[in-house]
Amino acid sequence: MLSVQNLEVVYQDVILVLRGVSFEIPKGKIVALLGSNGSGKTTVIRSITGLLDVQNGDITKGNISVDGEDITNLNPSKIVEKGIAQVMEGRRIFSELTVVENLRLGGHTNSANIQNNIDRVLDMFPALKDRQKGEAGYLSGGEQQMLAIGRALMSEPEYLLLDEPSLGLAPKLVDQISVLIQEINKQGVTVLLVEQNANMALNISDHGYIMETGNIVMDNDSQKLLNDEDVREFYLGLNAEGTKRKSFKDVKHYKRKKRWLS
Amino acid sequence: MTIFLQATVEGLSLAAIYSLVAIGFVLIYKSMDVLSFAQPALAVVGAGLISSLAVDRGVPFWLALFIGITLTGVLGLIVERTFLRPMVGEPVFSVAILTIGIDILLRTTLDNWIGLNPRYMGDPFPTFGNFGSAQFSGVTIKYLEIAALTTAILIIIALNIFFKKSKYGVAMRATSFDQEAALAQGINVGRIFGLVWFIAGILAAFAGFFITGGFNTLSQTSFVVALRALPAVVIGGLDSIPGAVIGSIIIGLTQGYVAYYQYDFETITGITLGNGFSLLAPYIIMFVILVLKPDGLFGTKEVERV
Ligand SMILES: Nc1ncnc2c1ncn2[C@@H]1O[C@H](COP(=O)(O)OP(=O)(O)OP(=O)(O)O)[C@@H](O)[C@H]1O
Ligand SMILES: [Mg+2]
Repeated sequence: MLSVQNLEVVYQDVILVLRGVSFEIPKGKIVALLGSNGSGKTTVIRSITGLLDVQNGDITKGNISVDGEDITNLNPSKIVEKGIAQVMEGRRIFSELTVVENLRLGGHTNSANIQNNIDRVLDMFPALKDRQKGEAGYLSGGEQQMLAIGRALMSEPEYLLLDEPSLGLAPKLVDQISVLIQEINKQGVTVLLVEQNANMALNISDHGYIMETGNIVMDNDSQKLLNDEDVREFYLGLNAEGTKRKSFKDVKHYKRKKRWLS
Repeated sequence: MTIFLQATVEGLSLAAIYSLVAIGFVLIYKSMDVLSFAQPALAVVGAGLISSLAVDRGVPFWLALFIGITLTGVLGLIVERTFLRPMVGEPVFSVAILTIGIDILLRTTLDNWIGLNPRYMGDPFPTFGNFGSAQFSGVTIKYLEIAALTTAILIIIALNIFFKKSKYGVAMRATSFDQEAALAQGINVGRIFGLVWFIAGILAAFAGFFITGGFNTLSQTSFVVALRALPAVVIGGLDSIPGAVIGSIIIGLTQGYVAYYQYDFETITGITLGNGFSLLAPYIIMFVILVLKPDGLFGTKEVERV
């Protein structure tokens, strides 16, 4: 189990962004973390994976542990070695490098099995297999997301943290990604799924947490959240009568904020 | 024709020296966004170490060369760890100033040791007398020049293989491209920075040896030669290794041709360029290229305006 207890995070010594966040990701489950822009979802992932430092952020309270072992403030490479891998927001593939080089980088801490894992991931993603020697930057958005996920699998993680994997993808690709996440989970990987696409996330997860301005404001079984009035209203884009909007296209697209340090 | 070939050979061997320094500079800039003005100092410190081992302490030449070059790599690593690591995230300009400070620190220490008499590097082939030279239909090529050229070529090939095939080479490219994403893969970015400086130190020490080997000797002004790698880097674009090599070739050849043809030029045109114009020419070329192409010939990254 990956457990986050009472986490408080401050950027640049003054900007308080997480105000005591607690949640748990039990082994073998898919847990969804939902919330609107700027609610602090990415900051949660950065806290777990040791990436706050480069963002000039600090954990000022609380702790993070895997299977009882405290991992608060470990450096990123140690975290990966503990079996926690992430798919970063915006994919962040190394676009100047080839597909295979990207995969090798995902396996940086796991050199022993690197060739097996490359083969395994390429078998999972035939589109990548065909372009394995090509520059990753020329892949389509969907293929880049596949590559980002495949790269994260290279370390054979026990826990996979995904930050908005459906971002900017066409509905069909979103479906494909959600099937893929379930598949990965079935193979024994525990998943934290950070999403703005609440519908997709709640449909495939066991449990859901909802964040607002640095706090967890609600948590429940995903099915229950799907049926909750407020959740339906605010996060699923359903009106009071419960008629679903026609397609993902109609759900208001939000504007990306300028990325820090991108 | 003979003069042309002679000038070309000498120009290219200078290019080899410049490119060794320049590649180190580019590696550091690409991975850390640091403009390191300490590379010339590392070059001459490397030469100092080799000389002190081979000449003062009587260590066999090849062993002295190996130890001196490795120690310079380690010195680069120490410089990174103690001075630059704490500066991560600081503005490019402040860090550049810091590297100038490091340059001065290293060179003053070295100058105290050098004193007034030039230092020799020792001679790998005592029988040839200071490295000797070969003649090819009127063109004289010093063994030292051949050594500089082959070393530079071999190092460039080796680096290429390293960046393509080795785990840390690929990790280094990834770190240059996106440091945060590299961290997320579990790459120890601090270790990469150390490795970059180790490599840059080794390259600088090779350059230092070729600058001061043979009759050239190591003196308090030897670093000026390594400093000429700077216009080479600027011409090539700060973040391009091929650019650094091509920039070095441009600077080296310019210097060679100006040295050999300046007199003819002056007698034909009646314009006097002055003594040692060949040393000034690289900076003039740099200036012209910067005016035409502010990012250098191959550069992509924009340097933070200061
Ligand atoms: N490096 C940083 N320095 C200062 N403030 C930051 C930094 N990164 C994020 N923030 C701020 O922290 C808050 C939470 O940001 P975070 O990126 O964690 O939100 P998010 O839920 O992931 O949002 P989104 O859905 O837009 O990705 C925001 O107000 C954001 O502006
Ligand atoms: Mg986010």
